[in-house]
Amino acid sequence: MGIKNVISHVFIIAWKDLMELFRNKMALFMLVLMPIFMMAMVGFIFPSNTSMSNVSVALANEDEGYASSMFISVLEGINNSTEMMVLSNASSFDEVRNMIQRGDVEGGIVITRNFTLDLMTGEQGSIIIVTDQSNPQLSIALQTGLNAVFDQMGTVLAQKNVETFPGVNATNSLAVVKPYLVETKGAIPGTFNYFDFMAPGLMAMTVMLSVMTGLPAAISHEREVGTLDGMMVAPIRRLGIILGKTLAQTARGLLQGTLILILAITLFGVNIQGSILLIFALLFLGVFSFVGLGVVITSFAKDQETAMMMMTTLMFPMLFLSGVFFPIQQMPWYMQTISKALPLTYAIMALRKVMVLGADLSAISFEVAVLIGFGTIMTLIALPVFRKAMTK
Amino acid sequence: MRFRHKSSNEGETKNMPAIEANNLTKRFGTLVAVDHVSFSVKEGEIFGLLGPNGAGKTTIIRMLSTLTRPTEGTASIGGYDVVKEDGKVRELIGLVSEKIILYDRLTAKENLRFFGRLYNIPSELLHKKIDELLRLVKLTKWKNSQVGTFSTGMRQRMNVIRAMLNMPEVLFLDEPTLGLDPQSSVEIREFIRKINRENKVTIILTTHMMVEADMLCDRIGIIDYGKIVALDTSINLKKLVSGADSTILELEIPNLTTDTIHSIQSLKCVSSVSQNNSTRIKVNASGDDAFDTIIDAIRANKGKTTSVKNLEPTLEDVFLQITGHEVRDKADQKIKMHRHHMPKTRVR
Repeated sequence: MGIKNVISHVFIIAWKDLMELFRNKMALFMLVLMPIFMMAMVGFIFPSNTSMSNVSVALANEDEGYASSMFISVLEGINNSTEMMVLSNASSFDEVRNMIQRGDVEGGIVITRNFTLDLMTGEQGSIIIVTDQSNPQLSIALQTGLNAVFDQMGTVLAQKNVETFPGVNATNSLAVVKPYLVETKGAIPGTFNYFDFMAPGLMAMTVMLSVMTGLPAAISHEREVGTLDGMMVAPIRRLGIILGKTLAQTARGLLQGTLILILAITLFGVNIQGSILLIFALLFLGVFSFVGLGVVITSFAKDQETAMMMMTTLMFPMLFLSGVFFPIQQMPWYMQTISKALPLTYAIMALRKVMVLGADLSAISFEVAVLIGFGTIMTLIALPVFRKAMTK
Repeated sequence: MRFRHKSSNEGETKNMPAIEANNLTKRFGTLVAVDHVSFSVKEGEIFGLLGPNGAGKTTIIRMLSTLTRPTEGTASIGGYDVVKEDGKVRELIGLVSEKIILYDRLTAKENLRFFGRLYNIPSELLHKKIDELLRLVKLTKWKNSQVGTFSTGMRQRMNVIRAMLNMPEVLFLDEPTLGLDPQSSVEIREFIRKINRENKVTIILTTHMMVEADMLCDRIGIIDYGKIVALDTSINLKKLVSGADSTILELEIPNLTTDTIHSIQSLKCVSSVSQNNSTRIKVNASGDDAFDTIIDAIRANKGKTTSVKNLEPTLEDVFLQITGHEVRDKADQKIKMHRHHMPKTRVR
């Protein structure tokens, strides 16, 4: 039984598994539908940039002077062009608070009583942004948005003020008020949105999870219906069975991953900077790093149901910890430590570097080494465990 | 081609048993599924393991076919140890397990080709072999249909020829006619006999059906609670019951009472009594005056005998005689039996 035999058995078993899959029309349909759903969800629900639209905001003007009405007309002018807010009138701070509590509005702006007077007497005028703490994400976004607007308005006012100074005119007033300009530039040209961040993670996740859930499911299913005995009783290596099943699951996962890639490029305008070949090589490597874990789970699970439950339990923390949805850097240090122990983290990191930053193999050599190391160790653990479990 | 035995010496090969089990034992936790079983099967023999469900037959088959590791004891197939030389053993054997080893979504031909290729059979030879086997079980017409659409009988025929692909020297058949209608059962049995005769395959089969064991097997091992309690040819086993001068009587007593049964049981000449239904009993007895003594006992209990039949002993009687309970009793209580071994109740 040479290596050639093992390889040929691997392909025979993979062919058989894929044949079964392709004859199962419903499963095939779901297989295609899953990445589409996933993409739609991530693409449309997650904020693709910071702009918001049609947030209902109550505006209370407690001041009676000309400055506040001028302020409001500027605000309305800006708002008309951005359509960020739907403004409604309120009489006082208390009313704004009541309106938020009733859920009529999602935030409020209050121009305080002596706004005009303060401005005229050289004091700082004060404007209050009222937020809804029950919806922290929205209030942060609203705060950021409004601050930008107010900052812009403050700049305009300041410009007007300084233009009366000697040596200052309309052309250089902005430079006097704001002596420097901050500009953000990415490592690669072009704009970057949340989706560029998501696409590599989604691909890695889909491929690897399909192997990690598919492998235990496939093996324990065959064990339950009895067909696994047909393979176990044949003079073939146990490694051949595992790798054959893995190959089939990998093909399934790659099919979904490719679908995600195509959708990301065509529908969501994701630009692939690096080499496509390297991307697929990384996905393969990611699968390899996961196989051992899948096999160990298969060995411990008595039936398909147990296998699936074990998988789901492991899957969720892994998804959130590996940085598919949120950057790892946002997590507290102890969570970051756990995250660094997961192979998926490295697969995603490497994939992001290649897809978004156009990195080449040398730039991701560390991640590649970790994946190879993890995969080799897990497979070495998994094989004897599997062999033992199967001849119980 | 045929003798792929370990020993190349002709003379030795002839004497070497195809299957040999020595104190084969399997424990699952505290449950002893197979308890120090020893037997050997000659080449070309059909050997039956007869016993109720849960007696340990399947576990014996799984240990011999390398699927389960024995807790204790050893076994060899064609001279190869089932644990240490499992790879060699696998090349020699074919397995028809209780669960059907076929993929529903593959066609008959695809299924056979898949398993054939696992045995590295060259594709041209495999092609011929598949056609030949399909013809043998009259499934050629359906070779390109998915197995999922087959009837139970067709699936079982497929299941059996699948195990024949590698031309095994030893074929394991675990309850090969389970759940089949009588006609399909007959077909499968004929096929089993045919491959045994024509291909000189050694066959070890398990069954809980007495008739099947009686019809097919050269020798039968009766197994109960993981132990072989009797092992011989069907004829010799029956002699255990029909002994020198013993008879089996079936009596029809319309006003049958438990007192009647007890008084028959207490007779010296009676070895066992079993009740078939509310009016019919089966009595194993021996001695010249057994018949008269039994009738007297029935009369003494005011029983009325309407008919008496003198029966040939069946394996069923053998099983009852040896184990003290009927096969069917136990099959019904399979789960209960699995949990804790109940004390054997002997009707004597």
